[in-house]
Amino acid sequence: MTTTQGLARATPAPAQGRGRRSLGNAQAGAGWLFVLPMVVVLGLFLFLPVVMAAWVSVSDWSGRGAPWGGNVNFVGSKNYVDVLGGQGLAARDFGTAIRNNLYYVILVVPLQTVLSLLLAFMVNKRALRGKSFYRTAFYFPSVTSSVAITVLWLFLFSASGAVNAFLGWFSIQGPNWFADPRGVIHIMLGGGDGPAALQEPALFGISGWEWLAGPSVAMCAFILMAIFTTSGTFMLLFLAALQAIGEETEEAAMVDGASAWQRFWYVTLPMLRPTVFTVITLGLIGTWQVFDQIYTGTQGGPSKTTLTPAYLSYDAAFLSGDWGRGAAIAFVLFGIIVLFTILQRLILGGGDNTGTDRRAQRAEKRARTRAAAQTGGVA
Amino acid sequence: MSHPQRAVIAALATAAALTLSACGGGFTSASNTPAASQSANTNPISVLIGSSGDAETTSVKAAVAAWSTKSGIQAEVKVASDLTQQATQGFAGGKPDDVLYVSTDQLAGWAKNGSLEAYGDQLSNKSDFYPGLVKAFTYDDKFYCAPKDFSTLALVINKSMWADAGLTEADVPTTWDQLSAVAKKLTKGKRVGLAFGPEIQRVGVFMAQAGGGLLSADGKAQADAQANVDALTYVKGMLNDGSAAFSSDLGAGWGGEAFGKKMAAMVIEGNWITGAMTSTYPNVEYTVAELPAGVQKGTLQYTNCWGISADGDNKAAAISLVEFLTTTDQQLTFAKDFGVMPSVQSASAQYKTDNPTMVPFINGAEYAQNLPSMAGAADVIKEFNSQLAGLKSKDPKAILDDTQKNLQAIVG
Repeated sequence: MTTTQGLARATPAPAQGRGRRSLGNAQAGAGWLFVLPMVVVLGLFLFLPVVMAAWVSVSDWSGRGAPWGGNVNFVGSKNYVDVLGGQGLAARDFGTAIRNNLYYVILVVPLQTVLSLLLAFMVNKRALRGKSFYRTAFYFPSVTSSVAITVLWLFLFSASGAVNAFLGWFSIQGPNWFADPRGVIHIMLGGGDGPAALQEPALFGISGWEWLAGPSVAMCAFILMAIFTTSGTFMLLFLAALQAIGEETEEAAMVDGASAWQRFWYVTLPMLRPTVFTVITLGLIGTWQVFDQIYTGTQGGPSKTTLTPAYLSYDAAFLSGDWGRGAAIAFVLFGIIVLFTILQRLILGGGDNTGTDRRAQRAEKRARTRAAAQTGGVA
Repeated sequence: MSHPQRAVIAALATAAALTLSACGGGFTSASNTPAASQSANTNPISVLIGSSGDAETTSVKAAVAAWSTKSGIQAEVKVASDLTQQATQGFAGGKPDDVLYVSTDQLAGWAKNGSLEAYGDQLSNKSDFYPGLVKAFTYDDKFYCAPKDFSTLALVINKSMWADAGLTEADVPTTWDQLSAVAKKLTKGKRVGLAFGPEIQRVGVFMAQAGGGLLSADGKAQADAQANVDALTYVKGMLNDGSAAFSSDLGAGWGGEAFGKKMAAMVIEGNWITGAMTSTYPNVEYTVAELPAGVQKGTLQYTNCWGISADGDNKAAAISLVEFLTTTDQQLTFAKDFGVMPSVQSASAQYKTDNPTMVPFINGAEYAQNLPSMAGAADVIKEFNSQLAGLKSKDPKAILDDTQKNLQAIVG
């Protein structure tokens, strides 16, 4: 906006519209020239691979030679049908992966958001001693490689690991975390095979009873890990937002006689809404893409209860040599993430950029552009 | 997770590999043809291996270097950190390594898409390989690649626990009933009598002994056969009466760990356990016995082969290298250096003399079964294993029926 204005003012006003246009073209050319390196890099390493993956997902490419070679055939939606429809192994694996990841998302996103907000509040307190120590400490897991943390977790949660030793102090016999495939909801319901009505294969070939299993004990360890590692990252976002809120706002609320809770709930939190939106969006995207922990930790086991779509995609393509299915899973996963982000946007109203706000902004922008063009023309 | 853009990249990793492959592809086809038509092809050879450790790497490097000196053709050994993935990228890029380790799991996929050369019939020592191993590397009636070495499963017994329970050499079990009996005697406190991994790669021995197995002799799916139900029912019984346990339920990564840490008095493991015992648990004394028989003797065997890439530009040299690496003498050297069992029958007698403790393992070659390895079999086995982990509370018949359904989808 400002740039347009600045440019328009700085340029000597041409007498006719035609001259203006050719100058605009020259500038556009220069502009393209400047962005060319980035366009090439993005095109070569992002756009082209996406197109190729899309092609692989509808082809029978077997992994030998280039995927557009002569012996690669178009198979239409076969790979997608294998994954999304029917009762075959491919569909059931995908269903299991979606179920596992869904529980992961449902538990990780709210918990990490609340925890990071809490942490941000704590380290934002003026009265807190050793503030910078806590900030560093909470943020530390975020800068550590997730592979390193996963390995650490495997040790902590092993059958005779530190976590179970700790539980032992309270006479609790801890589970064999990473080898325990039982779903926590099943455990709470007392195990068994569940009612007959839930035995039939339902969505994606997974029975209703299996859908209701809840995250397995192994997945719970990963859930704890995700909350532990990411809440530091998001704490930083909340902290920045909190610091952007001036002290006078808080003081004004105090003068009005608001209690601490009221100040938080009615003043601070609404002002943090854009950040909450960001954190939840990033959280949703990140949790649907969980891969490195699974790859280093369990490879989907025990009993496929830590299988996730991202890992399944890798497994199908690189290990089973079923490239079309792997690519199809990746695209379905992409669709899921987009869907969830849109849903969340509708529910939360998109932070500060609500529909009305955006329309107002656009209208204002148009008005200013017109004004700038006129001033430019006159000057 | 902590890297928001990571998974987008992971999801498209496939594609990224392809982009690069596109460049590679062009060059290969250009340089390949003229080289192949020359009589004296001296193109260098690259060998991709997935090594079990320094001992194996050093030994293979020395052997390849010896061949290199003899033949005058340069050869380089590369150790892969993730063999399947690196080999896959090579095949996709059109510039694969000339010679590489190929597991039975990968054979079908790579044979089917034409990545591997079916050179088995050109080997001069073809008839010397164990027939069961040749069968493992036969796809579509073609003998694809020379078995590198092999392993079988046997019963590994802790000597002192055995003696403490008042058992003697005469008590080494030869039937299922005897196995249950000694397992019960050896169970004490938290220690179980018998342990094995929660996977068909171990539990499958009982299916073989019951006269079953996932595939019938003529290659039909028979997961739901009564013999298999009997086998799993037997295993389930032992798991539930506490005399046997899955190594994972004991908190061990594999049978060898459970055995070395004295969580179990006996384990069903392959000959690789001897290496782990020497290096990690040198204080545990053990003895090895052949597995007990059900209606017949039965064990499982595992093997890798020396695959040769169809797109390699010096296949003749590659075959000559493989012949060199599979000679009786060279295999005995490998056996000495890193504890594998020679894949040729002519090495058997010498091997037994050199390694008396390993005799039960190599005897298994006579009756060992291969697990199914056709395209898609790995997924079926994974699914079977995922259900097997819950065998204690599941109905063996239900697991096997489900497996039968999955297996039928890929056989025939």
